[in-house]
Amino acid sequence: MDKFTSIRAVAAPLPMINVDTDMIIPQEHLKTIARSGLGKYAFSNIRYNDDGSENADFILNQPAYRSAEILIAGENFGCGSSREHAPWALMDLGLKCVIAPSFADIFYGNCFKNGLLPIKLPQPIIDELMKDAERGANAIFTVDLENLEITRPDGDVIKFEIDGFRQHCLINGLDDIGLTIEKDEKISIFEDQQKAQQPWLYK
Amino acid sequence: MSNPRTLYDKIWDAHVVEEQQSGNSLIYIDRHIIHEVTSPQAFEGLRVAGRPLRRPDAILAVPDHNVPTTADRATRVDSIESKTQLDALERNCAEFGVEYIPMMDARQGIVHIIGPEQGFTLPGTTIVCGDSHTSTHGAFGALAFGIGTSEVEHVMATQTLILKRSKNLRIDLSGDLGLGVTAKDVALAIIGTIGTAGGTGSVIEFTGSTFRDLSMEGRMTVCNMAIEAGARAGLIEPDEKTYEYVKGKPKAPKGAAFEMAVNYWNSLKSDEGAKYDKEIFIDVADIVPQVTWGTSPEDVLPITGVVPGADNISDPEQKASIERALHYMGLKPGEKLTDLKVDKVFIGSCTNGRIEDMRAVAEVVKGRKVADTVDALIVPGSGLVRLQAEEEGLDKIFIEAGFDWREPGCSMCLGMNADRLKPGERCASTSNRNFEGRQGPSSRTHLVSPAMAAAAAITGQLTDIREL
Repeated sequence: MDKFTSIRAVAAPLPMINVDTDMIIPQEHLKTIARSGLGKYAFSNIRYNDDGSENADFILNQPAYRSAEILIAGENFGCGSSREHAPWALMDLGLKCVIAPSFADIFYGNCFKNGLLPIKLPQPIIDELMKDAERGANAIFTVDLENLEITRPDGDVIKFEIDGFRQHCLINGLDDIGLTIEKDEKISIFEDQQKAQQPWLYK
Repeated sequence: MSNPRTLYDKIWDAHVVEEQQSGNSLIYIDRHIIHEVTSPQAFEGLRVAGRPLRRPDAILAVPDHNVPTTADRATRVDSIESKTQLDALERNCAEFGVEYIPMMDARQGIVHIIGPEQGFTLPGTTIVCGDSHTSTHGAFGALAFGIGTSEVEHVMATQTLILKRSKNLRIDLSGDLGLGVTAKDVALAIIGTIGTAGGTGSVIEFTGSTFRDLSMEGRMTVCNMAIEAGARAGLIEPDEKTYEYVKGKPKAPKGAAFEMAVNYWNSLKSDEGAKYDKEIFIDVADIVPQVTWGTSPEDVLPITGVVPGADNISDPEQKASIERALHYMGLKPGEKLTDLKVDKVFIGSCTNGRIEDMRAVAEVVKGRKVADTVDALIVPGSGLVRLQAEEEGLDKIFIEAGFDWREPGCSMCLGMNADRLKPGERCASTSNRNFEGRQGPSSRTHLVSPAMAAAAAITGQLTDIREL
């Protein structure tokens, strides 16, 4: 997994609530056995016109936001399915951080497994950041995961919170499967106890 | 005497392998169901890292999202990409020693239908699947939730997940359901009340006589939709009805082991005085047949309602959301929901693809005809549901009425196979999501119960089942 320490980048405003995983990546693009190459399908139903050309109204198609690495969105971002294709597509599109008042649980967890940083902030702060983000190419934010700080274009600093373990894994690009495998002995002990109490769960 | 605990607390506590310094817990996973869409990258991850599968006996695989539902399914998969995923699942299962139910097997079906049918889903277990509707299995008093592909790989490699304890939300509903009101209407009404983010960060326990009186099929419908209320998992305490359903299923414990299991399962009840983070009481008398009008499951109204407007909404994002939904759905504020004509009717999915749903549809359509203007299809949730329906003669009722009676799969719930709406088409659907593009690009979905979908097929428009 890519490490995430700090980024300085343009933030794009997407003032929509309930942005669902079907919108982030429609079902017809889930038919892949790879994790890569999904960026071209991110938001495809709203990013492209019916003839396949770009929809000029969609924020990430606008020149000032093409290099955006941060997305600022409305509440309940990522609701819907468990498809990890959603963070894969956003990352492949170049996004590294999504800031919203709230996220759906499964999407939120999936982000951390892939080095995409989801930041929750109260709605009034999101409203202010959304206004900042409307400043086009001047909407440059710094997101510092080590110090848990966002620096706004005008220099104001906003603190945010993240689970400490998740922060640690993101900063160091750690694979949590590797960490859990080290617990193998404890897992075996659990299994032995469970097998004695609930033998019907084992073949 | 220990502190009173909820059902969720009890299942959680019974699966803690280790409390970690970070405040997370390492939780043991008893059962893992996989399908072709969210597993290939996980198998690839194991392969690349040279990691074995920790417990092949705890995994069950079945293809469902991509499979064709037409009679010629054995020889026709709709796209090369679909075939690639289906082939990959079969190959991966063979390589890693996972039990695999092939597409042409009578037991094949949607992951959340076959888990219970096979007795793989058991009370008190932790169950995961790379699919958000894994919440369905909570109907058995199992802690069941959807996970992403990285977590699928984590479970494959370690049989555990690193989790933080969720909040515990109780939704209580007591009393008898009114005429024409089903488990689906209850689920939609709950989502209408608490919103699609109402359960975020929570596991919902559904308590009260209304849920106790539901069949196992109905309980599965309610828990299935818990995720549409934002909750990763729904729970209903197991009882005699649960045990009766589980008893005799192929993978369920037998004989003395079953008795031993029931003895344990009887302890899976929230204790008197157990604390929830939040409790919501809903009056069952307020629930009538429901239908969604917009592009989120929370955009739901009684069938007697009219399309809402955005004029009185002050929050700009809410207002924009409603206006966008109205435009997308091709609706005008004030239109009566029962005036909306439908082009297609879809009956099936992990929400409403079980035998009870088939029976409910048959009851409505028996001796009637599907409207000339409507294409209606029924996709049973599994091959066993299909066989049962045929044994009961339901297929004849469906076919005589003009329905297309299909082979099992996820089908038009999400249109990953050829079963899709055309752009602009309006559908009364028994599925779980009405998101933009869910049933195909520019598709328009109205979520309803099986009986309401059947009624819409007959009349050609959204219909109050109580008046048919």
